[in-house]
Amino acid sequence: MNVNFFKRILLVMLLALNVSMAHAALTIEITEGIESAVPVAVVPFASQSAPVNISAVVNADLERSGYFKMMAEQGMPSRPSTAAAVNFKDWQALGQNYMVIGLVVDAGGGQYSVQFQLLDVYKGGQLLGYKMTSSTADLRRTAHHISDLIFEKLTGKKGVFSGRIAYITTNNQGSKQQSQQLQVADADGFNPQPVASSVEPLMSPAWSPDGKKLAYVSFERKTAAIYVQTLATGERVRVAEFPGINGAPAWSPDGTRLALTLSKDGSPDIFVLNVSTRSLTKLTKSFAIDTEPSWSPDGSSIVFTSDRGGKPQIYMVSSQGGQEKRLTFSGGYNARASFSPDGRSLVMVHGNGNDYRIAVMDMGTRAINVLTSGPSDESPSFAPNGAMILYASKKGRTGFLSAVSLDGKMQQKLVFNSGEVREPSWAP
Amino acid sequence: MKLNKTLLALAIGTLLLSACSDSDEKDTSLTDGSQNDTSGINDASTSGLNKGAGLNGSEMNGSGMNGMSGNGDYASTLGPEFNDPNNPLSKRTVYFMLDSSEVMPDFIPVIAAHAQYLIANPSQHITLEGNADERGSREYNIALGEQRAKSVASMMKVKGVSENQLQLVSYGEEKPAALGNDESAWEQNRRVEIVYQPK
Repeated sequence: MNVNFFKRILLVMLLALNVSMAHAALTIEITEGIESAVPVAVVPFASQSAPVNISAVVNADLERSGYFKMMAEQGMPSRPSTAAAVNFKDWQALGQNYMVIGLVVDAGGGQYSVQFQLLDVYKGGQLLGYKMTSSTADLRRTAHHISDLIFEKLTGKKGVFSGRIAYITTNNQGSKQQSQQLQVADADGFNPQPVASSVEPLMSPAWSPDGKKLAYVSFERKTAAIYVQTLATGERVRVAEFPGINGAPAWSPDGTRLALTLSKDGSPDIFVLNVSTRSLTKLTKSFAIDTEPSWSPDGSSIVFTSDRGGKPQIYMVSSQGGQEKRLTFSGGYNARASFSPDGRSLVMVHGNGNDYRIAVMDMGTRAINVLTSGPSDESPSFAPNGAMILYASKKGRTGFLSAVSLDGKMQQKLVFNSGEVREPSWAP
Repeated sequence: MKLNKTLLALAIGTLLLSACSDSDEKDTSLTDGSQNDTSGINDASTSGLNKGAGLNGSEMNGSGMNGMSGNGDYASTLGPEFNDPNNPLSKRTVYFMLDSSEVMPDFIPVIAAHAQYLIANPSQHITLEGNADERGSREYNIALGEQRAKSVASMMKVKGVSENQLQLVSYGEEKPAALGNDESAWEQNRRVEIVYQPK
């Protein structure tokens, strides 16, 4: 009894420690922004003791997007929380195009009433206004949701601030205590939560299209196996553990099948596994390496990496099988391609010698546009709004996550204090 | 100073709040459909994620703990020849050239010595752990590591080692022997480790 009680206290203490460390673990630097960033003032919301500073979260989200130039709090002439209290001339004089005002009221019972308005400073009117209630636990999520609404109103593109990302971290790298974790966090890196942990490698997390499951590779049994884990319950199923490679899982857009890499027949080939019936279809049959499958958004095609021509290049095949077609011809190394949400472009790792960068290929013209500066950029994937690409990079021994806009003009870096962070993937 | 500021902030906050609550009802421009948005937020599976995290740790951590990878201690207990630097059996790592799975001539005697030992000791089992350096994509490197392990395995099989004495696994770039981003680290990581498995 006593021991259990003590254990529980210890657990609570550890959890508390974990949470505070997690919050401190991430900073975001905007390494490159666009010159035409739009000036926006997010006035600190009038708030009654809410545990989350909602306007500060919104301000950070909008700033991180690179689309906006955020006004510093100190320069604000007043702190209105309703449109009626705004003297628009003051804000015009300060060169602000838009402003966000709001208030947070404790509604009792662990609920908060959150109200915000997006105002056009020149027209002197409201562009957007919402009132919502949020539980204490959901205040950050509510703040990200507000950022999404504002972002979409001002850019015409869907916001991705309330989304989540999955990634893999290594702690105590190189030591015997080395441990790997598959984590899921908010898009701004807050609230990281472990999904799986192991002393053996974890790899290749892939979100199911409904965002409820993650498929990933784990070597916890000293051989490669692919697991599908339901995030809500933590329940997981081992769906592939054939002799040899079990790797690179990729969900079909309808969520019923996984494309994956198996080497059970000899060289690594692309297979399609029906997740519920477990029936397996072999898609490629080359004697070379075929790996890293990814589905087109309509489910009709699969792109993959193959070195059948000597060097790794991107190929495409119908998801029913058939003739395989080479897509990339420029650069000595093109790998790990995946489609943009609209299916019009492919993002991939583009390598030359010791230099590996993230590049986008237009599916119409087949032109390749290199977006990053290397030299060890990898694991790119599109954000669900198709406007940003998330990827992993490395400086010295530190691995970190970065995001770049589709035109390469905006870059942001998500820096974790310790350990290596890699293989990021934005939830759908 | 700090206290004053806090008090000021509180005072302003209270003033604003009282001002706001008046205008609250009047502000008809606030969209009503917002309630739906909020419920959508509440539906998120954050709490389940916590549960998931709790469920995991134990099972997975337990499984990986025992049995070191790499040149484990077990081989060195097999006999003095495994610790004698002049005996090829003391060498249990085969290195490779960049993007290649071809065994270099230097390592042929090493592989041959282990093959002979395995033929003479049919109850012994090894795992050939293929690895790659960090350059390029991770899953491609898994494939490259497997090709290297298969090169070593096929040389052993040609010598007469039984297939069921050999296990293969590729860790790609996931288990570097040397940390670092230069050729001196990379060349140590392009390797196959011959790991004798305890019976």
